Amino acid sequence: MSVRAGASFGPDDYRITRADLVRYAGASGDFNPIHWSDRVATSVGLPGVVAHGMYTMGLAARAVTSWLGDDQQIASFAVRFSKPVVVPDDDDGVVLSVTGTAKATDDEDRIRIDLTVTSADVKVLGMARAVVTDTVYG
Amino acid sequence: MPVDATLAGRTFEPTAPYEVSAAKIAEFAATLGASPDAVPTFGIVVAFAAMTDLMHDPDVGIELHNVVHADQRFEITRPIRAGDVLVARLTVDSVRQMAGTDIIATRSEITTTDGAHVCTAYATLAHRAGADVDA
Repeated sequence: MSVRAGASFGPDDYRITRADLVRYAGASGDFNPIHWSDRVATSVGLPGVVAHGMYTMGLAARAVTSWLGDDQQIASFAVRFSKPVVVPDDDDGVVLSVTGTAKATDDEDRIRIDLTVTSADVKVLGMARAVVTDTVYG
Repeated sequence: MPVDATLAGRTFEPTAPYEVSAAKIAEFAATLGASPDAVPTFGIVVAFAAMTDLMHDPDVGIELHNVVHADQRFEITRPIRAGDVLVARLTVDSVRQMAGTDIIATRSEITTTDGAHVCTAYATLAHRAGADVDA
């Protein structure tokens, strides 16, 4: 079933641990040590190891795509990484919560999904928006 | 050293062709717990290579650990599929300095080696200027 303007989802919760960041580093090719070394992360002024922004964006995209119908795809997706997601060195990690609301656009074949993405009640992504098209590319 | 503002407007050589495998998409999707049929952020794999080339350029020379990702946008023409052979061509749209940080806005056009547009990845990088020597 297709998502229409006015619909909403969430919160969808995703747990992030250090192990996830290591796997994501390997899969994405982003080996920035701020995502796996507390020593380097603190040396550049961060509280500790932080999740890749692209990992949190990827989880937000997962939340959207799992909500969409088979005849809908993301045509545009934008976020600001407004607050770092600090991931402690323990088995519990942190939880990322994603909620979204679909809005109409001037183009009747497109809707916009405004996302709220938080961790520990702090908004970590700003201006997080996906534009979804009904036109599925072959 | 702050990044030279004259970098703005420069377009870099395309990245080496990257052949997308089903295994790589599946690996990337699995880290997110996502379906391999729908990973709209996969283009970052190719765009990141272009950003790495930018950082390693002798005229730029910034260290990855001094860089924080400030924002990201994808404009997607079609999903990336296994078998695609992709290149990314990065342009620096703007460079500005703010409180000891270089704000570098980049745009990476991701196309097939035949020139067909797949997606454009816009990334703003925040670089701690003056931190590359001792960090």
